[in-house]
Amino acid sequence: MTTLARAPELPTVPPRTTLTKPRRDWNGWKFVWPFALVFVLTFITPLAYALWLSLFQNKMVGGNQFVGLDNYVFALQDPQFWEGFGRVLLFLVVQVPIMLGLALLAALAIDSARLYATGFYRIVIFLPYAVPAVVAVLMWGFMYGDNFGLAAGINEWLGSEVIRPFAPSWVLISIGNIVTWQFVGYNMVIFYSALKTIPTDLYEAAEIDGARGWQVIRAIKLPGIRGAIVVATIFSIIGSFQLFNEPSVLQPLASNVITGSFTPNMYAYSLSFAGQQYNYSATVAIVMGVITAVIAYVVQLRGSRKEVR
Amino acid sequence: MKRSTSTILTKAIAALAAAVLSAATLTACGGSSAPGGGGGTGAGATGSAADLDAALQKGGELTYWTWTPTGQAQADAFMKQHPKVRVKVVNAGTGGDHYTKLQNAVKAGAGAPDVAQVEYYALQQFAISDALLDLKQYGLGGLKDLYTPSTWEAVNVGDGLYGLPQDSGPMIMAYNKEVFDENGIDVPATWEEYIAAAKKIHEADPKAYITNDAGDPGFINPLIWQAGGRPYQVDGTNVRIDLQDEGTKKWAGMWNRLLQPGLLSDIPSWSDDWYKALNNGDIATLITGAWIPGILESSVEQGKGKWRIAPVPSYDGSPDTSENGGSSQAVLKQSKNPALAAAFLRWLNSSDESIGVFMEGGGFPSTVKQLNSAEFLGETPEYFGGQKINEVMVKASQHVTSGWRYLPFQVYANSAFADTAGQSYIKRGDLNAGLQAWQAQLVTYGNQQGFTVNK
Repeated sequence: MTTLARAPELPTVPPRTTLTKPRRDWNGWKFVWPFALVFVLTFITPLAYALWLSLFQNKMVGGNQFVGLDNYVFALQDPQFWEGFGRVLLFLVVQVPIMLGLALLAALAIDSARLYATGFYRIVIFLPYAVPAVVAVLMWGFMYGDNFGLAAGINEWLGSEVIRPFAPSWVLISIGNIVTWQFVGYNMVIFYSALKTIPTDLYEAAEIDGARGWQVIRAIKLPGIRGAIVVATIFSIIGSFQLFNEPSVLQPLASNVITGSFTPNMYAYSLSFAGQQYNYSATVAIVMGVITAVIAYVVQLRGSRKEVR
Repeated sequence: MKRSTSTILTKAIAALAAAVLSAATLTACGGSSAPGGGGGTGAGATGSAADLDAALQKGGELTYWTWTPTGQAQADAFMKQHPKVRVKVVNAGTGGDHYTKLQNAVKAGAGAPDVAQVEYYALQQFAISDALLDLKQYGLGGLKDLYTPSTWEAVNVGDGLYGLPQDSGPMIMAYNKEVFDENGIDVPATWEEYIAAAKKIHEADPKAYITNDAGDPGFINPLIWQAGGRPYQVDGTNVRIDLQDEGTKKWAGMWNRLLQPGLLSDIPSWSDDWYKALNNGDIATLITGAWIPGILESSVEQGKGKWRIAPVPSYDGSPDTSENGGSSQAVLKQSKNPALAAAFLRWLNSSDESIGVFMEGGGFPSTVKQLNSAEFLGETPEYFGGQKINEVMVKASQHVTSGWRYLPFQVYANSAFADTAGQSYIKRGDLNAGLQAWQAQLVTYGNQQGFTVNK
């Protein structure tokens, strides 16, 4: 298609098809269709189906009926949903900066070339990410156990019930600890590989100008990996809003504290699997998906705007 | 720098897509919703007793979903007798997982088994959603006298018979005699004595408790039942929920005296910690169903010789008790061969041979004849120090009070317990407040689902 646009630059040869409209070129689709097919099947269809479901109500008595936006009106006023949302928001605001801060620190430390055995540290910090999430949470669950677990042991040693990982005021911290443990290494690898792409002549120039230590980090390294930081932040925001594995696996150990509506995703799960409320569950999932998309988009916009400047 | 911005943008969009996608797939596995609550393809709405024998003669294939340990052995014995019938036994999960799969198959209109295990508390829910076949049309109503009254009551919903009882779980008390002896405690006959024993045990060893309760609705309903509470009244789609009726309040008042001073361990039942605490004597009693001996024997090995069975403590010295758990088997409307399925079910839960296999595996039956057989009553298992435990438990099965109903959405109700009543447990607050919160949630849900609740 681009060749047609260049026609005015070739005045010597009169255009052959000046009068007929350019024909639609379907060649592109021949290459795209395998992707398009999978995309429609796995992405568009479930989304459309969820949207469709969210417009109905299927009752145990009375059957299925179209209710328009009733489910959405209910979701927007549903205290259980907003309580769960508030919880993941709090989690996001506290846990994500800590996790990314630690990851950044680790990446800068390894990149500083002042450590011995950096390869070893890199592997060790990354290793938790290689443990399947469910296994990791089960493991932490054993340690958190305040009857027979590590927490019980420490409490006994201290002679008082100081550590109570499943108490209502502790449980979010306990979950945050697991998530941080799991994902610091992952984010560190993102940051570290971004640091490696910074051209070395910048460092040489900085050295000649007499910059050292913090100045290099602030003036070269951090701006250089800003893109990676924005991406990691967006991933982390999405991960926080979708918090499910950790509380879900810990739930049998603290069912009164980690309720069925502890996070929005858990709420959607228990709505459909315990309450048979598939329609409302779809609504909750869509509302949460839209909120996540908007917040992630805003973060992304802010991140890239600063970068252009 | 510009270029990296655009790759970030693509990555961000991809991440967003992933976020929305996973939200969508989460809801998409719900299954389609057939209008009218989902009946099956196999109509099978008519039939008679003669059809069952004819179906057995003709033969065919059946699928049976169960988590009963002897399920396969029973099916094998059946196929030996009826070589033309093939029964495929599937373990689709225990309790909640099983019901989720069953409910999804019912909604989808395909994929459900012919015969399925359904606990008494869940039977009404499946009956009312039109998933189960009324067995009266095959004359199975005539089997009534084989079963204990309470289990028979549990499989009758409205005018229909929706299952045949497999086992029963009259509520009894299992206790660790060693712990009792160490503390000089007699077996409590009343709840008053039970509370006194609870104090004594916990004072002697702060890590030891008389029992555990982390807030388990499957445990609390039978306790309310025993206290005379009848919080759920069901008449078709009219439902009354009153978790503040006299009996319920009586139980809550008594249990408050254990919960509020911290005399109950908060270890959740069936957790690893729970088994550890049972093994080392940190939990001294279990108020539970008559199916507990097999579990103690297999999973609480260190308790061998220490545990005993006693009647559940009472409020006024009467032997009244309730049913804690227990299952029935039911025929699904989706079955393509309902007569054969009903014939298998009839054999499974009423023939001496099948019940014999079931009891060999440690099951506690629901049939009067087997419960009262001299052999069963005379058993003296070593684990329980040679005590004739079945005598105690069979006696309990004769004192199960009548008139109890579960909600037609009890599976949901149980799942909503932790979110509401469970909060009383965390705060060690008044259970009545928690029960009221639970009730409010159940009323809202029931009305949303088209029932007429408390109106």
